[in-house]
Amino acid sequence: MEFIKFRNVEKTYKNGVNAVYDMNLDIKKGEFVFVIGASGSGKSTLIKMLYREERPTKGEIYLGGINVAKVKNSKVYKLRRKIGIVFQDYKLLPKLTVYENVAFALEIYGLPTDEIKRKVLKALDLVGLKSKVKSYPDQLSGGEQQRVAIARAIVNSPKLLICDEPTGNLDPDTSLEVMKVIEKINDLGTTIVMATHDREMVDKMKKRVILLENGKLIQDYEKGSYVHYENN
Amino acid sequence: MFIMKIIRIITRNIRDGFKSVGRNLSLSIASISCITITLLIVAIALVVSCNVENMTKLIKEDFTIITFIDNAATKSQIEELKSSIKTIGNVDTIEYQTKKEIAQEMKGTSDSLSSIIDSWSDENNPLYDTLLVKVKDSEKISNTATQIKKMDLVKDVKYGQGMVESLLSVFKVLEKAMIIAMIALVFVTLFLITNTIKITIFSRKTEIEIMRLVGASNFSIKQPFVVEGFCLGFLGSIIPIAVTLYGYSELYKNFNGQFLSPFIKLVSAEPFIYIVSLVLLGLGVIVGMFGSYRAVRKYLKI
Repeated sequence: MEFIKFRNVEKTYKNGVNAVYDMNLDIKKGEFVFVIGASGSGKSTLIKMLYREERPTKGEIYLGGINVAKVKNSKVYKLRRKIGIVFQDYKLLPKLTVYENVAFALEIYGLPTDEIKRKVLKALDLVGLKSKVKSYPDQLSGGEQQRVAIARAIVNSPKLLICDEPTGNLDPDTSLEVMKVIEKINDLGTTIVMATHDREMVDKMKKRVILLENGKLIQDYEKGSYVHYENN
Repeated sequence: MFIMKIIRIITRNIRDGFKSVGRNLSLSIASISCITITLLIVAIALVVSCNVENMTKLIKEDFTIITFIDNAATKSQIEELKSSIKTIGNVDTIEYQTKKEIAQEMKGTSDSLSSIIDSWSDENNPLYDTLLVKVKDSEKISNTATQIKKMDLVKDVKYGQGMVESLLSVFKVLEKAMIIAMIALVFVTLFLITNTIKITIFSRKTEIEIMRLVGASNFSIKQPFVVEGFCLGFLGSIIPIAVTLYGYSELYKNFNGQFLSPFIKLVSAEPFIYIVSLVLLGLGVIVGMFGSYRAVRKYLKI
């Protein structure tokens, strides 16, 4: 059963730039997928269309049976509640503590305070930061901040975790640490779609790799690595 | 269950709105000062314009047509004249003054005059009995005066011909200028306050972005900002209100309720200061909320 389906997806930006051409893609539930390619290859556009920040110009994108392309702007929040998103720059609120940053994502649902507490602590435990609840983001290292961002993304137990170059700002050791956390989340059943430039990581992980070039899907390897890309 | 959820969302949003005033203290202070200054200007403009308005109203109310009655008129004829003047639509009140009363009144104004007046007997009093006619619409005073003048037994009418007309035209210009100034001021206030708040919120673009990413509905993104705008407007109106309440009542006391001359009466402090305060509070709060609403909308895809 396909969890994510791209059907003849095309994206042309208003300024005429063609970011994605005729893309067809299936991702199964629980899969871990790397999306790789040079800058401007359409990675970010693909990711953005997945969480409906951008709308495809043509074609359909299904996410667990919902046609993402057809979701109205005013209803996007309902879709976002089903997915977690992690960015290169963490996007934490500097004036909130670690706990508040994660709780933020639950408070908007109107959950009772004790339930929020339970879920937040569980998520922070999963990323190994239970001891830092009272710290502020600027008191943490880059890797720790990214793990807080991951905790925020998964606190609502989403079916899909989208990562846009999550290790882009981190050194190799820290990247590995973050990657392990994400792998752990994948093991718990969450589907992961990750755009990345981190070749070492991709090589090491031996996961499915999708290669984009000039907005086209040109390779799809079951257990791929960056090597294929370079041999192209 | 559902209602509890909504209540929790709303109370949290209100809490967050209040919190973020403190969290973004320097920008909040900037917004509050801007609101304070603009509202102070509005307060001064309101006080000045209401007093000018009041002054023109009082002067207009004072416009009187003095009707001199022929000495040959009997008491019943005077009554008749009174009732026929009353039939003119524009006439408000009529006061009858005998020449004796007028003589008494004149005696009080100066000593030299009083000795002359004392020498008059009832028979050789050179004055006339008069009717003091006040009108409803001062613009039509000359019309009404000519109507009265045409009546029998009316010797003459006086209403400050010439002076009244020029005063009225000055007032008209004054009123128009005041209205234009007030409208301009309200727009400037709106513009200034919304812009300051926009800057405050602009610096929190990321916050809005994150809220959208974690699945906050547009409503729950807007709400805390609107609450914050409310707080900023409220805090910004405190000083202008205090200045109005204290300053104007002190001013009124010090000037004994009149400005420079007894003819220019100030609007009495109460309830005027409370009305002005309410206007300031309302303006601050509504513009604050509206400003942040508009600013957040810019960062939402709706």
